Amino acid sequence: MKKWTRKDLLGLEDLTREELLLLIDQAAAFKEISLRPIKKVPALRGRTVALCFLEPSTRTRASFELAAKRLSADILSFQGSSSSLVKGETVLDTARNIEAMRVDVLVIRDNTSGVPAMVARGVGCSVVNAGDGSHEHPTQGLVDLFTIREKKGRIEGLNVLIVGDILHSRVARSDFWGLVKLGARVTLCGPPTLVPPVMETLGAKVSYRLEEALPEADVVIALRLQLERQQERYIPSFREYTKLYGIDLEKLKTAKPDLIVMHPGPVNRGVELSPEVADGPQSVILEQVTNGIAVRMAALYLVSGTHHGQTAEVPEPSPEGVET
Amino acid sequence: MKAHVLDAEGIRKVFVRIAHEILEKGQGQDALCLVGIRSRGDHLAQRLAGLLQEMTGQPVPVGALDITLYRDDLSLVGSSPVVHSTEISFDITGRRVIVVDDVLFTGRTVRAAMDALTDLGRPESVELAVLVDRGHRELPIKADYVGKNLPTSKEQLVQVRLQETDGVDEVVIEERP
Repeated sequence: MKKWTRKDLLGLEDLTREELLLLIDQAAAFKEISLRPIKKVPALRGRTVALCFLEPSTRTRASFELAAKRLSADILSFQGSSSSLVKGETVLDTARNIEAMRVDVLVIRDNTSGVPAMVARGVGCSVVNAGDGSHEHPTQGLVDLFTIREKKGRIEGLNVLIVGDILHSRVARSDFWGLVKLGARVTLCGPPTLVPPVMETLGAKVSYRLEEALPEADVVIALRLQLERQQERYIPSFREYTKLYGIDLEKLKTAKPDLIVMHPGPVNRGVELSPEVADGPQSVILEQVTNGIAVRMAALYLVSGTHHGQTAEVPEPSPEGVET
Repeated sequence: MKAHVLDAEGIRKVFVRIAHEILEKGQGQDALCLVGIRSRGDHLAQRLAGLLQEMTGQPVPVGALDITLYRDDLSLVGSSPVVHSTEISFDITGRRVIVVDDVLFTGRTVRAAMDALTDLGRPESVELAVLVDRGHRELPIKADYVGKNLPTSKEQLVQVRLQETDGVDEVVIEERP
């Protein structure tokens, strides 16, 4: 029987194929709960989930909050601007203080890569990475895997094209690790300044020409282009980026008719996707948002099962409370 | 070490009897529906629905319920058990719901199932049908339809095996290893 044994969910790079599939299968089971008139189950009743978002976020934060609420957990919210971090407390001290309040799961978003992993080593409660710097965004990666499997029926053997700022994107990294482990072929496409060639050595195909990569793709994931990238001179102009790498109806004509278009949000309409494509019949962007809650419910549920509100290392016997 | 309690024919007969009892007791056949508790009760519910349809000529809606998230021992078991989805494609509000499970033991599963059902709607009534009642209740719960009453000691294991999941229809008592 497959079992989840990790205290934390920090990234998809460390996970095995079986662990990825367990997470996606659990998400599929949880999806039905959000379709009920009473969108709540008592699975995490009495547990506390702390949301520690040290970088602004609306969607991910709302998604985690709803996921925790639909599992009946209690929620504690921290924001970077209002926390004692601005008074000079270290992240680890903040995390230890939150843990001392008997919190079971700590969800962390930070703009520095590696912060959730560092906190996870220092506390006994479970840590879920909600995005760290340009490292990983594991729950978004799982959302993409889940949505692709739901729409295409499989992941193995599919050609998945990720377009945009690969260099800075934590979503691209989580997507890449998850997709490769589950047997998809990944092509990374974007301006040479934003696509690190080193990704080729890890098993991805790298392309600088969207018109060559798009016709082969079964799935395209467009990434958000951060507005700062132009000032930092990674791209000459937004107009040029859109012309070469933006996906519009004209470029879609060269693609497979059953191609699905994904985006982790928020979309820069008219930059990486034209409005007609973002709202078009091939777009599954809003379904990604719906699936986000089911995926985060699965993540919170599975990591909560590995400890019991005390320190992490206490293995408890499993009494047979089940009817045989 | 092992005692056979029911074979395939025995299980079939028991279900024919339960189907008759359900029809005898109920008035409004239209509102009848069956909800099986995963992972064997759902198959039993399908079989019972088949029998009911043969007798009345009317299809009976069947759903499957996963009670994992409603268990009262979730915080005690070692790691989070795998959750399967609940598949009830009809509205249970106002219906006569018959919950179907394989073995009635402590009653905790049925308690969880009732909680899960009330989150899905407000049934007119809820009844319970089980293939085997082995005693040792820990909650005030009683089945309306019992295939076989089976006095057991707590150390024994009652194994229900079905064609759909195990390739064979049988109920056996085994000693705990």
